[in-house]
This record gives sequence, structure tokens and C-alpha cells, in this order.
Amino acid sequence: MAWYIVRRVLLVLPTLLGVSIAVFAMVRLIPGDPALAMAGPHATPEYVRQVRLDLGLDEPLHIQYGRFMAGLIRGDLGRSSRTRRPVAAELWDRFPNTVELTLASMFVATLFGIPAGIISATKRYSIFDSLTMLIALLGVSMPVFWLGLMLMLLFSVTLGWLPSVGRGTLLHLVLPAVTLGASSMAFVARITRSSMLEVLRQDYVTTARAKGLREGWVIYRHALKNALIPVVTVMGLQLGILLGGAVLTETVFAWPGVGRLMVDSIGARDYAVVQGAVLLLAVAFVLVNLLVDLTYGFLDPRIKYT
Amino acid sequence: MKRLMARLNSWDFVRQLRRNRMALLGLTIVLVFLMAALLAPYVAPRDPLQRSLRQALNGPSWDAPFGRDELGRDILSRVIYGARISLTIGLVSVGIGALIGIPLGAVSGYFGGVLDLLMQRLVDIMLAFPGILLAIIVVSTLGIGLTNAMIAVGIGTIPTYIRLVRGSVLSIKEYDYISAARALGASELRIVFRHVLPNCMGPIVVQSTLQFATAILWAAGLGFLGLGAQRPTPEWGAMLANSRLYIRVAPHATAFPGLAILLSVLGFNLFGDGLRDALDPRLRGSL
Repeated sequence: MAWYIVRRVLLVLPTLLGVSIAVFAMVRLIPGDPALAMAGPHATPEYVRQVRLDLGLDEPLHIQYGRFMAGLIRGDLGRSSRTRRPVAAELWDRFPNTVELTLASMFVATLFGIPAGIISATKRYSIFDSLTMLIALLGVSMPVFWLGLMLMLLFSVTLGWLPSVGRGTLLHLVLPAVTLGASSMAFVARITRSSMLEVLRQDYVTTARAKGLREGWVIYRHALKNALIPVVTVMGLQLGILLGGAVLTETVFAWPGVGRLMVDSIGARDYAVVQGAVLLLAVAFVLVNLLVDLTYGFLDPRIKYT
Repeated sequence: MKRLMARLNSWDFVRQLRRNRMALLGLTIVLVFLMAALLAPYVAPRDPLQRSLRQALNGPSWDAPFGRDELGRDILSRVIYGARISLTIGLVSVGIGALIGIPLGAVSGYFGGVLDLLMQRLVDIMLAFPGILLAIIVVSTLGIGLTNAMIAVGIGTIPTYIRLVRGSVLSIKEYDYISAARALGASELRIVFRHVLPNCMGPIVVQSTLQFATAILWAAGLGFLGLGAQRPTPEWGAMLANSRLYIRVAPHATAFPGLAILLSVLGFNLFGDGLRDALDPRLRGSL
């Protein structure tokens, strides 16, 4: 077990190194002159030269990368060209908001997805089952930004129940969390249903029923525990995907998170911030996946660590 | 026509597909959008770029069934022309993903060794950028615009193809007929491309259909964020980005482009699921 953890953690290192190279390369691969692209179309030649010097773009690539990594290790991601503040500080201000939104939408997805999946599986081919699967199908095909706009239209513009944009009270969190969580909810419901159906076919479930146990007891005590193992894995993966999907949701609801900061910074050619935001989201995603893998082992003792 | 149907029916998977009502619904939706895209100049009531400021933000009417946008342009016509753009995006991005991803996955799975190891690490790195993020990174490097958005979405689909094809190749290369081909003196590359890859086509076709849906969704997302198609291009995502500012006074301008995205994505997803069930009997009835 310990050996497995060490191995799994070590396997993440090359990925993280690769992510750092990809983020480093992002700016350097800009077609034409990166310094010119960063300075903007109306910049004077002096300013372009200044940008090039600031970013060290005139030096050989390996030296640039060395500087970049040394900075990373010190937590120095450069400065925002818009606000002149350190990128790390900009990200640090917003990352908790993104985490808050992501966790809230995971909560929404679980709260509705798992029960819907269970009921669908136990009442297979019922109206509830068809309806849930239809909603689940719509959920995975739904453009998240459009869902957000439609929910906003219904619940804040028409009904006036919920605030439409910004962050503040718990009420502000409802619409963004439901929007972002919708596709995960659909996914969790589908996986729960199919996994539950699989488990309900097993012999030990038949045995439990043959013993004369109540159906509810069979489902919750015997079937559900095993059925939830794949669901937990999927939820872990979804958590990471939500982190990426937050980019769109944050833009719709003017949520002050890392995703929106990234999109704004792309528009403003604030490449240092874009790099930092991409790096942060990717590293968070990789680490969440690592955690999921490790938890998986604890949940299912049948898994052999080889 | 009758003979054609009889011939098609002799293939098991076509029969399966015809029995699957959801898949047929998906195919119908896809065909409707395809027709709209191909016949746009004939079926669209107006020029999608023609402004009429006096009619700006007018609601749906007989004259303009989907209403008018903030510049008085006919939304129905823009949605119809948008089908052209979205289907092109799907075709180009899935094409990029498949053309690069399939050979890489095949070579990686067939030859194994160091090459495979390197390729898998590369895929790990690409997959470390969740969902649309990889496409956003590529766009921010290449520059904003529709063409770059297509390339970005295409690059974003490469890792899925590599993983999928590698997995299929790994199982197929163990079969006896591969050893037989080798015994007959076929070169390794010939074996990969003539004997192994054609037998992975099932999963590839299914994946491409589903990937088409994802491509439309991502490209619309990029358009919405202002990183893809630029105004006045009638791209569904970009249309939403403009019309959301007027959502209070003209909700129809936001509703219809979004519905177009939802329906087209749904169509490809339904059809893809149906294809998977028809091509892989083991999966029938699950999920």
C-alpha cells in the first residue's frame, strides 16, 4: 500500500514537469514576435523592446526555462501587466472563490444525482426512470453558459428570487452552483444507475432477498455500498472537470474566480496572469486526480496494488 | 431504394440502429442541421448580416419567427447560417483530432516500448488541462478567431483518440491473423495500417460522432468567451455573448441560439450512443 502511494505520487511528477513546460511554451509559441503580441498593436518599438527584456525573451530558451522554474519554486509567477500586482497575489485572491463554486456544484451534483440514479435503477423503465434519463441526456448536451443564462432569466429576471451576478451571500451561490453542477449531476445519475443495475444482478443481492430482507434494506445495506465505488471515482474526475468548466460559469455570473480572471487576461493580453491561471488550474486538476486514485484504494479493498 | 434498404439491413448493426428509436431521433436531428447548413442560402428567409435597426430586439413574429437581435438582424437566418459554421467546426476539429490522434495511438499501441511510454506521458500532460481549458490555452497562444478556435478544439481532441486507438490496438495485435500477416512477410507498418487499424474502426466511428458533439459545444464556449468566432459572424456561441446583454428586454435573442447548440449536440450524442450500442453488442442495454 505504502509502495503504491509512493509510486503513484512519483508518477505525477513527470506530468507536473510537462505541465510547467507546456505553460512555459504557451507564450513562446505565439506566432510571430511574442513580445509584440504581448505589448499590443499600438505599442511603441521602445515598449516592445522593454517587454522583451522584462520577460527575458532575448535569452536562450533553456535559460528562460530555468528562470521560469526558479520563479515557480519561489512562488514568483511574474507581474500582471494590467494591475502591476504579482500574479501569485491575483490568483490567491480568486482561487478560494473558484474552489467554493466547484465544491458547491459538486454538492449539488451529488445531492440530486445519486438519489436520482438509485431510484431510476430500482424502478427501471418507470416514468421516473425515463424522465431522469431524459434530463440526464439533456444535461450532458447542454451548453453550460446557456443553461446559466436561462436559469438567470427565470430565477432572477422573471421571478426575482435569486441574485443574478456577483458573489456574496449563500443565495449568490445557488445559480452558479446549479449551472456548473448540472452536467456532473447528469453524469453521476447515469453512472449510479448503471452501476446499481449491475450490482442488483449479483448473486449476493438475490441471496439477501431470498433471506426475506425488506427491499429497502437490500438496496441500501447490500447493493448501494458496492454500487457507489465507481460513482466515487467518477465524482473525483468530475471535480477536476468542474474546475475547468468554471471558466464559462464564472464568466456568465461575473463570479470573481480564476477562470474569469484568465478569460479577462486573454482579452487584455496579460500573458503572465494567463500562464499563472492555467498552471494553477492544471496543477489543481492533477492533484485532485491523484487524491481520487489514492482514495479509490481505501474504498475498494479488492484492488491490488501492483 | 428498396434494394438499398435490403442491402443495408443485411448488416447487423444497421438493423440494430433502426430498432433504436433514440438513435434514429438523433440521426434525424443531425440530418435536419446538415440540411440547414447545406441549403442555408435557400432556406434562410434573410441575409444573416443584414441590419434593420428600427426592428432591433423585436420579439418573434410571423415575419421573423425567432425575432430580431440587437442590430435588427433576423435570428432565424443567423441560426440557420450558424449551423454551417458549427458543423464545419465539428468536421475540421474532429478531422484534426482523428488525423493526428489515430496514427499516433496506433503506432504507440502496436510498437510499445519507449515510444509508447513517451506518448502516454505526453497524453497525460495534455489531459492535465481539463476539458475546454486545453482549447483555451491553444487559442490564447495562436490568437483569437474562428480558424484558431477550430484548431484549438481539434488539438483538444487528440489525446482522446490516442488513448482510444491505443487501447483497441493493444487487444487486436494479439490475434492470430496478425501473426499470420507477419509470417507472410508483411512489413510492420503495413500490418498496423492494413490489418490492425481497420479493425478498430467501430470505436473510432463512435468516438468521432460523440467528439463532434463535444467540438460544437467547446467551439460555442470559445465563441461565448469571445475567443472564437468574432462579430458579425453568425456563430451560435458568439451570438449568445452579444445577446446576453439584452437578456432582460429580449430573452428570445438568447434563447434560440442556445437551443440550436443544445439540439445539435443532443443529436450527435444520441446518434453516437446508438452507434455504440449497434456496433458493440456487449454494451447493449447498459447506460
